[in-house]
Amino acid sequence: MLWETVILAFREIRRNVMRSSLTILGIVIGVAAVITLVTLGRGATAQVAAEIASLGSNMLQIRPGQGFRGPGGASGAAKPFKEKDVTAIAQQIAGIAAVAPLTMRNGQVIAGNVNWSTNITGSTTEYLFVRSWSLAAGRSFTDSELRAGKSVCILGATVKKELFGDQDPLGARVRVSGITCRVIGLFAAKGQSSGGNDQDDFLLMPLQTLQRRIVGNDDISAIFVSARDGVSTAKVREDIEQLLRERRRIGANQADDFFVRDMQEIMSTLTGTTRILTALLGAVAAVSLLVGGIGIMNIMLVSVTERTREIGIRLAIGALEKDVLLQFLVESVVLSSFGGLFGIAFGLGAAALGARAMDMPFIFSPGIVAVAFLFSGGVGVVFGFFPARKAARLDPIDALRHE
Amino acid sequence: MMDQSLATIIELQSITKVYGTGSAAMPALRGIDLTIRAGEFVAVMGPSGSGKSTCMNILGCLDTPTSGSYLFEGQNVASLSRDQLALVRRHYLGFIFQGFNLLNRTSALENVELPLIYRGIPVAERHRRARAALASVGLADRERHTPGELSGGQQQRVAIARAIVTDPTVLLADEPTGNLDTARSREVMELLTAFNRDRGLTVIMVTHEPDMAAYAKRQIHFRDGLIDDADDTVIPGRSA
Repeated sequence: MLWETVILAFREIRRNVMRSSLTILGIVIGVAAVITLVTLGRGATAQVAAEIASLGSNMLQIRPGQGFRGPGGASGAAKPFKEKDVTAIAQQIAGIAAVAPLTMRNGQVIAGNVNWSTNITGSTTEYLFVRSWSLAAGRSFTDSELRAGKSVCILGATVKKELFGDQDPLGARVRVSGITCRVIGLFAAKGQSSGGNDQDDFLLMPLQTLQRRIVGNDDISAIFVSARDGVSTAKVREDIEQLLRERRRIGANQADDFFVRDMQEIMSTLTGTTRILTALLGAVAAVSLLVGGIGIMNIMLVSVTERTREIGIRLAIGALEKDVLLQFLVESVVLSSFGGLFGIAFGLGAAALGARAMDMPFIFSPGIVAVAFLFSGGVGVVFGFFPARKAARLDPIDALRHE
Repeated sequence: MMDQSLATIIELQSITKVYGTGSAAMPALRGIDLTIRAGEFVAVMGPSGSGKSTCMNILGCLDTPTSGSYLFEGQNVASLSRDQLALVRRHYLGFIFQGFNLLNRTSALENVELPLIYRGIPVAERHRRARAALASVGLADRERHTPGELSGGQQQRVAIARAIVTDPTVLLADEPTGNLDTARSREVMELLTAFNRDRGLTVIMVTHEPDMAAYAKRQIHFRDGLIDDADDTVIPGRSA
């Protein structure tokens, strides 16, 4: 019986192909919008997550001051860290994979007659691990180079390109803020960060070299810590805060004069934000589904009126109310499900094009496709019910007389 | 061949039907008593407004009386619900209408199959029975034709096939020849007579035309919401 009803519904829909297609257009647009927005949203989320992961997702950044943007946020205002703080963190905090102290300074780098202004970072080999940098050529610092503060440096891809073009810079000498450094390595390019910064525009030299020969003190402006896999970064963060409060003699009622930024936390904030945006866009798209549903209801009502006599015949020869109800309900569900299928196809197509245009990953999620399909079917049930009930409750005598 | 021992199929007792309420109340039937036995062929006649259509709707379980009892094979169906009435129609009644009332753009075979679908009969048996019914009205070669491709007489024969495909107890025909010319009307009447004679199908037919009523073995005349007893023409050898 149900199977017959489904076949009947298909036949009714095929009889009025033009009208049926216009009827489901609202659903098609609604579903396509939901699918496109949600798929692109997932892509954006994944992209953000990937970018943060490229920063080092297990990374914690410790800086003096009270946050990035709050009052007194400028890192210079608070007491900087020293070598001993780094050693203390490395020795006393559990669950740490690597600790990289660093100091940064903007400066000129000159090679031959080419001149480039860049970020000069002083750190240790740990920095490569913590920030997940890999070398495209050459080598990293040796322990003795680090200890002695040798004048060696590793170039970021952008600096290399600006100063040397296609030439091999390994072994070449560059002037960095007035001192002469030998280029011993090249970083593999990472590209732009989510903020639009060129991550490759920097130069790394041993921390000691930068401190003694350029900056002129032993201040450490930030400590990057990489937690071991599977270790809670929140726990590591807490431990570090505790340790630093002791070391910096901060009383129980005093605010920290340093802050720890948990990349995992930032990642969840960012992905959370894109997720909310996705949900909002999805909700807007769902409204168009609703409008599509009203379109279906409208046409089903017209159809019931047009087919009053048919309904009368069916009732006269023994159709129950529920038989007629089911017939029209199935028809509206089949209609709206068709709309859903077309909408899914269009939506995925649009999302694939959009992802390519915006250089984002295209993430097909079967979940949202299933939800959209079920939802479109549900729209058919909800908006088909009233017309179907109207049909089922017709009086057979009146219906048979209907012209 | 008719005798009193034949089972009573339909028994109407003091049936009234009033449309509207209060001062607008319009009595259509004022107390009808009627007994119809298995195998009868009854012609229902009377001027419009006499209550014959109302009575046919009640007999066909399409409507319920305001008061009185309607025994169908001994069961009182006067106060059944909509769906229960639909089940009585599904299992015991067949309908033929003046306007044929076939489903448009649907083949003759599918039209005939329709009542079998609601009876839940499997598709193979459905085809078989519908083809047999079409053959019995002489339309075996027209099963793929839609009503639009058939003449009026052929359409009414499809409708007859649809009405008898379920082997109903009673066939209700509402002016079955009203839209047909004389020759086609005779074809239809001969079919009904044949089903009545050969299968013992009880036929109740509303008609305006005395020529058509003459095919029936019994005539009932309605006047002002009552059956005119004097005119209840009974075939010889049988009393009402």
